[in-house]
Amino acid sequence: MQPFHTLTGTAVPFGAENVDTDAIIPARFLKTVTRAGLGAHAFATLREDPANIFDAPQNRGAPILIAGDNFGCGSSREHAPWALADMGFRVVIAPSFADIFAGNAFKNGILLVALPQEQIDRLMEVAADQPLTVDLENQVVTTPYQDRFAFAVDPFRKDCLLNGSDEIALTEALGQDIAAFETRLASARPWVGGAAARVAA
Amino acid sequence: MPVTLYDRLWDAHVVAAEADSGALLYIDRMLLHEVSSPQAFAGLRERGLRPRRAAAHLAVADHAVPTRARHPIADPQARAQVALLEANCAAAGIEYLALDDARQGIVHVIGPELGFTLPGITLVCGDSHTATHGAFGALAFGIGTSEIESVLATQVLRQQRARTLRVRIDGVLGQGVSAKDVILTLIGRIGAGGAAGFAIEYAGSTVSGMSMEARMTLCNMTIEAGARIGLIAPDDTTFAYLKGRPRAPVDAVWEAAVAYWRTLASDPVAVFDREIALDAAAIAPQVSWGTSPDQVVAVDGVVPAGAGKGALAYMGLSAGAPLAGLAIDRVFIGSCTNGRIEDLRAAAAVAQGRRVADGVTAIVVPGSGLVKRTAEAEGLRDIFIAAGFEWREPGCSLCVAMNDDRLDPGQRCASTSNRNFEGRQGIGARTHLMSPAMAAAAAVTGVITDVRAL
Repeated sequence: MQPFHTLTGTAVPFGAENVDTDAIIPARFLKTVTRAGLGAHAFATLREDPANIFDAPQNRGAPILIAGDNFGCGSSREHAPWALADMGFRVVIAPSFADIFAGNAFKNGILLVALPQEQIDRLMEVAADQPLTVDLENQVVTTPYQDRFAFAVDPFRKDCLLNGSDEIALTEALGQDIAAFETRLASARPWVGGAAARVAA
Repeated sequence: MPVTLYDRLWDAHVVAAEADSGALLYIDRMLLHEVSSPQAFAGLRERGLRPRRAAAHLAVADHAVPTRARHPIADPQARAQVALLEANCAAAGIEYLALDDARQGIVHVIGPELGFTLPGITLVCGDSHTATHGAFGALAFGIGTSEIESVLATQVLRQQRARTLRVRIDGVLGQGVSAKDVILTLIGRIGAGGAAGFAIEYAGSTVSGMSMEARMTLCNMTIEAGARIGLIAPDDTTFAYLKGRPRAPVDAVWEAAVAYWRTLASDPVAVFDREIALDAAAIAPQVSWGTSPDQVVAVDGVVPAGAGKGALAYMGLSAGAPLAGLAIDRVFIGSCTNGRIEDLRAAAAVAQGRRVADGVTAIVVPGSGLVKRTAEAEGLRDIFIAAGFEWREPGCSLCVAMNDDRLDPGQRCASTSNRNFEGRQGIGARTHLMSPAMAAAAAVTGVITDVRAL
């Protein structure tokens, strides 16, 4: 994972609510077997309109997306954050995020910033012609007009993003704990282990 | 301290607790399909790792597979994806149910019917409707591809403990009203993000009285209310469903398992972070009118006054318009929400002795090969075919529209699936979510119809 510290850049004032992962990347593009190249199809339906916000010259390659409530709802497809990252986004700011999307975005180095609607409204206004700064270390979003909005972030995710660390590598260090759990499981709930076959006494 | 069912399942799977409310949870089982797994297997190979416990997983192709003429699959991308799943599983020693296997079907249909899904286990899948398996009292949730890779590699996932929401449903559902109408009512009440951050437990006399299949429908659409997890405490109905299933334990191990499963309930005085109550008797058949699953009204209702312009324009509707009487072009009966045998029976009961209306195309897609076989043995296929429905092979089909089952722009569909998002059933497609009986009623009348009056 690419480390994330502080980022200053253009924010796309998208603002839509309940943006589902089908809207971020329609199912017809999920027949790929790699993570690459999905940015070209991100928000495909919306971008059929030549005047869409994402292809406006000032927004191309912008690193920050501002959206409405419940961003990323629906399907668990990780293709959604792959597509967003491939478009260049490293931060999404919204009042709330869907749970599965939030996990997937984090795994791909995308920082999700949840802020109250009135602060989102202010950032949407500023983003029309000014860049925003997102500082993960200090957990704050700032604007050139001295706005300063603090945000909460899961400490584990913050740590992983700051260090660019990989969850599987971290977990592998706990191999003994996992093995100990499996030993306990085998005696306490012996029917769980043999998923592939009928379990006899 | 009294605990909820969710807490009990969580506590039983903690490998290592963390300082905040997070923990590494042991994952007992995982279902794999062709669309969300290829990059996970590739990631594992890049790390030089093999699955830690191959026997914990079961794989099947469902999302992109055709529901007719599928040997071979004509679409080269879908064909390659299915072939890759088979190859990945063969290399990893993971059991794979092939397309020509009678047990092939939608992950959330085959898990329960094979007894792969059991009470008290943690079960994950790269699909948001994994909430379905919570109907058995399993801690089941949808995950992304990176998490699939984590489970393959380590058998654990780092998770944040959710807050708890109990939905109590009491009373008797009216004639023609089903679990689908209950869950659509709940989603309509609390909103598409209303339960985000929560694990739901469904309780009350209505739930206790439901069959396992109805409970699965209820838990399945928990994600459409924003919660990843929807639970029901296992009971005698659960055990009767599982006994004798191919992968269920037998003999003394079965007895030990049932004894453990009986402990899987919320303590009577357990405190939930939030409670909601629904009166079953007050629930009418539901129909979605918009492009989010919370945009739903009773079939005798109208499009609400405050409806968003974007959704109305997309759906070709106006505020105040009645839902009943709206002409439809297509009907889809199937999906992990409503593709089980009881769903097909409910639809066939309406279709029997009637004909699909002129100009309407209606398809029935059984949730699995075993559902299909049972339906054929019961004569349901003959009823559907006599009525003019098409009878297909199992898969996700028109719920996700990744195969050749999709609507043309502007077509309106009465659908038993779970999502009415823009473009979900095809570019410009207009989806109305409803129960199997309601979808069958729409098929035979050509318009959205209150099945209670048919």
